[in-house]
Amino acid sequence: MKGNVIKYERDNIDTDVIIPGQYLKVHDYAELALHAMEGLDPDFHSKVKEGDFILSGRNFGCGSSREHAPIALSHSGIKAVLALSFARIFYRNAVDGAFLLPIEIEEDAYSNISEGDEIDIDIRSNEIKNLTKNKTYKMKPFSEIIGKIIEAGGLFKYKPD
Amino acid sequence: MNITEKILARASGRQQVVPDDVIFANVDKVMIHDVSGPGVIKVFDKLKKQGINVDKLWDPTKVWVAEDHFVPSADKVSAENIVKLSNFTKNYGIEKHFKYGMGQYGICHTLSHEEALVLPGEVYVGGDSHTNTTGALGSFACGLGHTDVAYVLLNGKIWFKVPETLYFKLNGKLPEHVMAKDFILTIIGDISTEGGAYKTMQFGGSGIDEMSVESRLTLCNMTTEAGAKNGIVEPDQKVVDYLTSRGATNISLVHGDDNAEYQKIYEYEGSEIEPVVAKPFSPENISIVREAPSVELDKSYIGSCTGAKYEDLEAVAKILKGRKVKIRTEILPASISIYKRAMENGLLKIFLDAGVTVGPPTCGACCGAHMGVLAKDEICISTTNRNFPGRMGHVDSQTYLSSPLVAAASAVTGKITDPRDLN
Repeated sequence: MKGNVIKYERDNIDTDVIIPGQYLKVHDYAELALHAMEGLDPDFHSKVKEGDFILSGRNFGCGSSREHAPIALSHSGIKAVLALSFARIFYRNAVDGAFLLPIEIEEDAYSNISEGDEIDIDIRSNEIKNLTKNKTYKMKPFSEIIGKIIEAGGLFKYKPD
Repeated sequence: MNITEKILARASGRQQVVPDDVIFANVDKVMIHDVSGPGVIKVFDKLKKQGINVDKLWDPTKVWVAEDHFVPSADKVSAENIVKLSNFTKNYGIEKHFKYGMGQYGICHTLSHEEALVLPGEVYVGGDSHTNTTGALGSFACGLGHTDVAYVLLNGKIWFKVPETLYFKLNGKLPEHVMAKDFILTIIGDISTEGGAYKTMQFGGSGIDEMSVESRLTLCNMTTEAGAKNGIVEPDQKVVDYLTSRGATNISLVHGDDNAEYQKIYEYEGSEIEPVVAKPFSPENISIVREAPSVELDKSYIGSCTGAKYEDLEAVAKILKGRKVKIRTEILPASISIYKRAMENGLLKIFLDAGVTVGPPTCGACCGAHMGVLAKDEICISTTNRNFPGRMGHVDSQTYLSSPLVAAASAVTGKITDPRDLN
């Protein structure tokens, strides 16, 4: 999975900035996408391209349980968020709803990957290749259940053993 | 096993669970509201297109519905959502739908305890992050997104990874003028907004034994702000009495074993806890009130599931009695039952005499929805639970989180004020 990186070098990006509260009443996915990241980066909508990734710090997606957050990012074209850690409901929503991949990374990837870099994520080998800088980083493997739900294509397609 | 592990073991049909076990837990109660409900309806529409049967819920008697975020309907879109929600409950035979303008209604988490909708030992999930609140009744209460709630509505179960438990022990009572809100904000300041991530935060000790059920609800509510999966307090006679007086029957308590294990134990002395505020823009950005910045406040907001229970309004009334507010102040009781008690006991008169605007139950401006949202550069002190950028309105507004007592004292002076320093 190849794409370019949009980087937010900060921790605790909360769901209120990913999709502000005034849009909670909106359930049209395309309309939500228009307001993705509006609380932090009003230019996001104009710069994001289909297949892009977001790179950020710790506790990405903390706060409200609004599923609007992964929906708004996913319908903006974001295929994966790479972060040092994730808040639990955002993580679950992203995986169970099959909206995007939450990829846990280490400090080296966080500091080394820059805005605009093209990277290639391989969730089988748990490696991230930086095609721009010709470097490779490890990602944290998914836990067993998360891996299975992702493989199935979301919670509703997953058949428990 | 500790209480959370015991509840999850029972719910998953196992003798024992340990942290990191992945289980499918049978759910006892589930809640949706006017934001997550339409979200779930959207998921159902998607499932229908995929050929998945969504004709019947697993058990409509275990589902209840609140109208709280955008009510009374803030605009056309919110009004449409309320219509959608009403059609949904009618079509699926859900009888417990608390509608505004039709008797009891209010913030979903408040209804969970005011209406005794959740009992000790139950697994309760809701389409709202502050579902954690209800763990104060000795239940496993956890917030989920729309897809997960849709899954529960159709299947009656959901997967969980059994969490590690952090135990917060409070030795001795909190001093006068110090509230549960000060204690939980102090904890979040100590462990950070990620300090409880994926974990259980359990509260115990003599200070918790002494605490009212409503104060314990405040503690569990804000475990969400530390990232926790659930907050919980071992239930006692106070919980039984509280629920019985609200019509509950067949209450049976689940307790942790004497040799229960906790990942870490934090000890606090009640006498050392001070009134605090969380400064913009994070609930972990804590300052003792007496050391808080001297800012000119524009507004005091007393509302939400965290800060507008009956006990919270009583505390506010003690401060506002015979005084006038110096800044715009709004009080929004969290449910009609609380509103009514506040009226019957003279609290509303105290508020109105002080110059306060009293509004209907709603999540309102807490989540920047409506009814008092903040303008650019406005500064608010608020009894709510989040102060991220733009949370209560404009992205350049500022919110200080506090206890109801501090919010009331600050309403009187126009500055962030320790209630002990009021004349």
